[in-house]
Amino acid sequence: MKCTQCGEREAVVQLTQIANEQVVHLHLCERCAAEKGVETAAGVGKTPIGSFLASMGPADLAGSGVTPDGDESCTNCGATIADFKQTGRLGCAECWLAFERPLRDLVRRLHGSSRHTGRRAILTEAGPGTVPGGRREGPTESDLRSQLKLAIEAENFELAAELRDRLKGLE
Amino acid sequence: MIDLSLVADGGMGWLDASGPQSHLVLSTRVRLARNLSGRIFTTRNTARERLDILSQVAAAAAETVCLHRPALFRLDQLELEDRTLLHERHLVSRELAGLDGTAGVRAGAALFVRDRLSIMVNEEDHLRLQGLHSGLDLAGAAGAVEGLDVELGQRLAFAFHPEFGYLTSCPTNVGTGLRASVLIHLPGLVLTKEISKVLQSLGQVGLTHRGLYGEGSEVVGNFFQLSNQTTLGQSEPDLLDHLGKMVRQVIEYEEEARLVLRRNVPAIIEDKVWRAYGLLRYARTLTFEETMNLLSGVRLGVGLGLIKDLSLYALNKMLIFTQPTHLAVAEGAAVDDPELAVRRAAYVRGLLEAEAVRRG
Repeated sequence: MKCTQCGEREAVVQLTQIANEQVVHLHLCERCAAEKGVETAAGVGKTPIGSFLASMGPADLAGSGVTPDGDESCTNCGATIADFKQTGRLGCAECWLAFERPLRDLVRRLHGSSRHTGRRAILTEAGPGTVPGGRREGPTESDLRSQLKLAIEAENFELAAELRDRLKGLE
Repeated sequence: MIDLSLVADGGMGWLDASGPQSHLVLSTRVRLARNLSGRIFTTRNTARERLDILSQVAAAAAETVCLHRPALFRLDQLELEDRTLLHERHLVSRELAGLDGTAGVRAGAALFVRDRLSIMVNEEDHLRLQGLHSGLDLAGAAGAVEGLDVELGQRLAFAFHPEFGYLTSCPTNVGTGLRASVLIHLPGLVLTKEISKVLQSLGQVGLTHRGLYGEGSEVVGNFFQLSNQTTLGQSEPDLLDHLGKMVRQVIEYEEEARLVLRRNVPAIIEDKVWRAYGLLRYARTLTFEETMNLLSGVRLGVGLGLIKDLSLYALNKMLIFTQPTHLAVAEGAAVDDPELAVRRAAYVRGLLEAEAVRRG
């Protein structure tokens, strides 16, 4: 079918509009659809994960504790499922817990499984200067100085103080 | 201007054509995506948080044996030209170099490099550990990256979930966070028009393909990047083993296609190779794309044993140094200078002449 707008290119998307209480069906080609601000499957498919997300309907999110319109947010970073659908990126590690059910469903489709069978993290607790024993070769004074500079620039004073102490120790 | 001499081989050890199957496989890359536990992911955090992450990674990296005293490139403090150079050397992604869109480079974007190992910091994930080896060397690249991962993992808590594995910003990388890719030259399959069938069947066994510069890039010069599509559900050795098997299969197909071409249309294939060589050796202007396509023909000629006075290393070097920014920097010209096509032709001519003389 030809595009009802330009009459030249093949229509790839059907747009239903309600104007003046009248339902109008438009069959649009990709370019005319884009001009009307409609993202076609071809356009969405350009982001690596876009096509998967596009195929995730409201039903995929039902029963997940997440409302289909995506206004449920991650308590840690404030990201919503709607944000994720738009960017294809999660906001933080906590999002994986906040949206666990829909994400499990998504990763099953992406990877054919949701169970990691590979190597496991060695440390799990975060914290500045989390350095267990077994340090093999200590950093030199100049290493420590450049790290200190970075830490001060980043205003990470806790790490800076630690580095300063270690520099003193070296002296 | 950055000083790439700080890095062994200017970060191009992977170009030396010393690895297995170097006539077909340019390089093997293995990367691991990691995020720091308790930190907001890159696309949502602040400049200050990213600088803090950078300082934490710098402190941890300095204590490792694998990446001891690495060169540090602060992408966020480099000019566009230097960032593009690092990207053209395949050391950083377009995103980290701030070459995507109008957003520019992120505060805290940085690269640590030592030999063939590197870490991109504040890419889409906080850390992207990478090993880049010459030729087909999945075990070598993976072993090196694993060593770095273990050393860093003893010092940094990575975001990890008992079911999902290593947590990433994009669900396509979750689990192992491992993406292994092999940059392979497949002119035989392109000329015999078998390539789409091969790529399609790779798709069916969980592999994907990209262009010369990775994600989102076009295929140029018949170079394809083959990599694992999935990162979850299989262990690291299984993922690597599967990719390795499939790549070896593709190599067999490519060798077979070359045999068919030589047997059925020898005159056409020899003509194609020597025309490409002739143009590179004598042309007075060359665009980058034309150079890439001609280099593909010449590389095929070297692989078939038709061209003998040319090393794979020289061919690999041309791939890098004829790129717009590399050439512009070497010639002290602007990237959009129309004269560059003339300079490119002169550079290629000079290199080919020197090779011919050197190899007698």
